[in-house]
Amino acid sequence: MNAFQRMNTALMIDESKKIFKVSRRAFVDPDILEAERAQIFDKCWLYLGHSSELAKPGDFVTRSVGGRNILFARDGKGDLKAMLNTCPHRGAQVCREKHGSAKSFQCFYHGWVFGLDGTLRSQPGETSYAEDFKARSTSSMQQVARFESYRDLNFICFDKGVESLSDYLGPVKEYLDVICDQAEMGMTIVGGTQEYSMRANWKLLTENSIDGYHALTTHATYLDYLKATTGGLAQVAFEGSARDLGKGHAVLEYKAPWGRPVAQWIPSWGEEGKRELSRLYDGLVARFGKQLADRIATFNRNLFIFPNLVINDIMAITVRTFYPEAPDLMKVTSWALAPKGESPEFRKRRLDNFLEFLGPGGFATPDDIEALESCQRAYRQAGDEAWNDISKGMPKAQPLADDEEQMRIFWREWDRRIAEAQGLSAC
Amino acid sequence: MSHGGRATRADCEDFLYREAALLDEWRLDEWLALFVEGATYEVPTTGAGVDADSAEELFLIADDYARLQHRVKRLNKTGAHSEWPRSHTVRAINNVRILEQDGEELTVASTFITYRSKADITDAFFGRHLHTLRITPGGFGIAAKRTLLDASSLRPQGRVSIIP
Repeated sequence: MNAFQRMNTALMIDESKKIFKVSRRAFVDPDILEAERAQIFDKCWLYLGHSSELAKPGDFVTRSVGGRNILFARDGKGDLKAMLNTCPHRGAQVCREKHGSAKSFQCFYHGWVFGLDGTLRSQPGETSYAEDFKARSTSSMQQVARFESYRDLNFICFDKGVESLSDYLGPVKEYLDVICDQAEMGMTIVGGTQEYSMRANWKLLTENSIDGYHALTTHATYLDYLKATTGGLAQVAFEGSARDLGKGHAVLEYKAPWGRPVAQWIPSWGEEGKRELSRLYDGLVARFGKQLADRIATFNRNLFIFPNLVINDIMAITVRTFYPEAPDLMKVTSWALAPKGESPEFRKRRLDNFLEFLGPGGFATPDDIEALESCQRAYRQAGDEAWNDISKGMPKAQPLADDEEQMRIFWREWDRRIAEAQGLSAC
Repeated sequence: MSHGGRATRADCEDFLYREAALLDEWRLDEWLALFVEGATYEVPTTGAGVDADSAEELFLIADDYARLQHRVKRLNKTGAHSEWPRSHTVRAINNVRILEQDGEELTVASTFITYRSKADITDAFFGRHLHTLRITPGGFGIAAKRTLLDASSLRPQGRVSIIP
């Protein structure tokens, strides 16, 4: 009997009674992880990297995406390529550096040499191979089945028949535009990558990344810090709403009292900082009109792109992905995204903002990790009758940013992809 | 330590061992008092170069003196959930070398292994500390501390909620 037969369902939903529950088995069962790999990570568009990471021909990064080692490179013509980073000959990892610049890639095992686009150039003992060997597509590094991008955000999908990235993102694109349009010269990934892990199921970080409910308790010490050390916050209340962007994607858009490098001033940034932010804001108004400029500058966005990409445009902008290694272990990677050509002062303020809140050494993320790992320990002990409650905000016509509608959006899509594929669905 | 003279490696070792003991014993206010006003405390990301600049690159920790003070203030609160209840830690300091002494200021390199244990899970952090120490009438003061984690990633440790 597999997990689904044991569970019967992962979700318990009763709209009339405002009940929405998730089985704690969904976080611990290896069968469910297998189903997630097949139904989600092998079929959804997954974030690979940002075009700015590969500035010039020959630049490359290697990373693991959806359980596969990927070589992401800019070829000699300047085109971006996403290849499976495994030698077509016998499987060794072809490029073993995390990032760099190359003229070609050579597998260290038998010495096969590939071009920047993955095409086999030469292999020792060529005369021992068939005449057309090099021309066969199976002799070159395999391109990932699908590779598309939007606003310099590059995605891959292992399912050849998947809908276009543009269709997959749908209304998400509007929010990516709002985030990317704050820059006049485009966005760039700032150097330095936070690579860490949590001993918790990956879906716990999905929930946590779009959880407006936990901030005041889990992050009380961070909010104390903001109040105490920044010379006071902006006179802005936490206020906003959640929106369903379809296909499991969701966004929170809200005002918050922290400083935004584009563009909400706080006293500690001084008069010079105020002038710089006014200049940035006036530029936004000139380009987009006051209404959109205000939205870009003064609203925060926690954007969740199914299944595992979080782009939070808050006191800084973080791009974060996370993958399961096991039901109770995930690998997290976080980058900082910023406008190209930002002044050194504001780049520093942005990075300060980022580090104060985010990442393994921040004043907030370690406490999130503590919470998620604490939940995971309980799930390990759970029987089949243990359920999480995700019902906050169900009675409201328009759930707010500190309600849980955005998590229900994720879980409904998760259930559609997982449980329905098993012939089960929410009761 | 002789004032006006040169500090010895033994002086530096005594100081670094004391710093490690204060952290092991969670005597964070006393640890903070080791820093001189205007000091910085930095932990670059695991892949960063020795010369990485926190004004241009994303770090794990890049505290100026004000934020360092707040880091300690926060860690002293029970609301710093990751470290409350307290984790158990031991810091072993080794390979202490004075790289440079210029008047009253020294650059001291050391290697470290720090174990952190909590909830039946033990993680090891290891790498190098680079201390910029200033000779003051009261002994050494830390003008800058940079901790280089020598791991390929922060997996499985996940966090640097302690001062490694």
